[in-house]
Amino acid sequence: MNSIRALIVDDSSVMRKIVERSLRQAGMDLKQVVEAGNGAEALAALNENPVDIILCDINMPIMDGLEFVKQLSSVPNAKGVPVVMITTEGSEAHVVQAISAGARGYIRKPFTADQVKEQIIPILAGKL
Amino acid sequence: MTPATGTQAASANPQNWAPLLEQAAREVFELMLGCKLTAAEKPSEGISDITAMVGLAGQLCGLLSIRCNRKAAALMASKMLGMELDQVENEIFDAFGEVGNMVAGNFKNKVPGLGDGCMLSVPTVVSGDDYNVHSTLASPAIELKMLFENFPISISLQISD
Repeated sequence: MNSIRALIVDDSSVMRKIVERSLRQAGMDLKQVVEAGNGAEALAALNENPVDIILCDINMPIMDGLEFVKQLSSVPNAKGVPVVMITTEGSEAHVVQAISAGARGYIRKPFTADQVKEQIIPILAGKL
Repeated sequence: MTPATGTQAASANPQNWAPLLEQAAREVFELMLGCKLTAAEKPSEGISDITAMVGLAGQLCGLLSIRCNRKAAALMASKMLGMELDQVENEIFDAFGEVGNMVAGNFKNKVPGLGDGCMLSVPTVVSGDDYNVHSTLASPAIELKMLFENFPISISLQISD
């Protein structure tokens, strides 16, 4: 698989590191990892850093993950970039909300690197 | 089994939820830390000087807290991040809060009908042991005493009537 650029959005810096580690454990060759602590920071980061995939929490201060996904279409760099939600909010309603907002995948915390791989490989295979 | 509605879930006997809470905690430690929690065969001794708290609001109102000592919390951060134990310092509170957050989230997702109607607060981590929690929640708490790598940890879920 080609090397990829990933944007990881979570208000916990520890969780951002865990997600990055899981991507590497899943065999991803990460060319660049961009981090953001909420949706607003992520939108700003995307203006400067085009990425291949976005992994995003839902519950965050300032701008949550669902609002972030809705606003992605306004960012030229983000057009067509797949978003995978990684969150403790595991109910069916949250999954439906996330997919309706534009997310392509959904991973519930706690998760394993294998679960990350299962979600992300097919998505990236369709993109890269 | 027919799933309960949120109202049914919230009005069910909370003491029946102890196994769900234990399962939720075990899964978080196994999947995110690569460690199995074991049963504590005797009451823990020593000081628990770090506490992670996560509030639940909506169809179920309550407070989940996890207590242990700082060495155990540092070991959790080390295992979550794949870092050497002596390299974690700034990450301890954030990692311990995330453990609390994931246990609370995993628990509520296991109670049929509760996932949609119950929100979690952001985690709060308190350091030190010289404090008391005065809750307005009337029900007795569900208390789990377990061992994480031989360190005692206490998981408590207090639910509003």
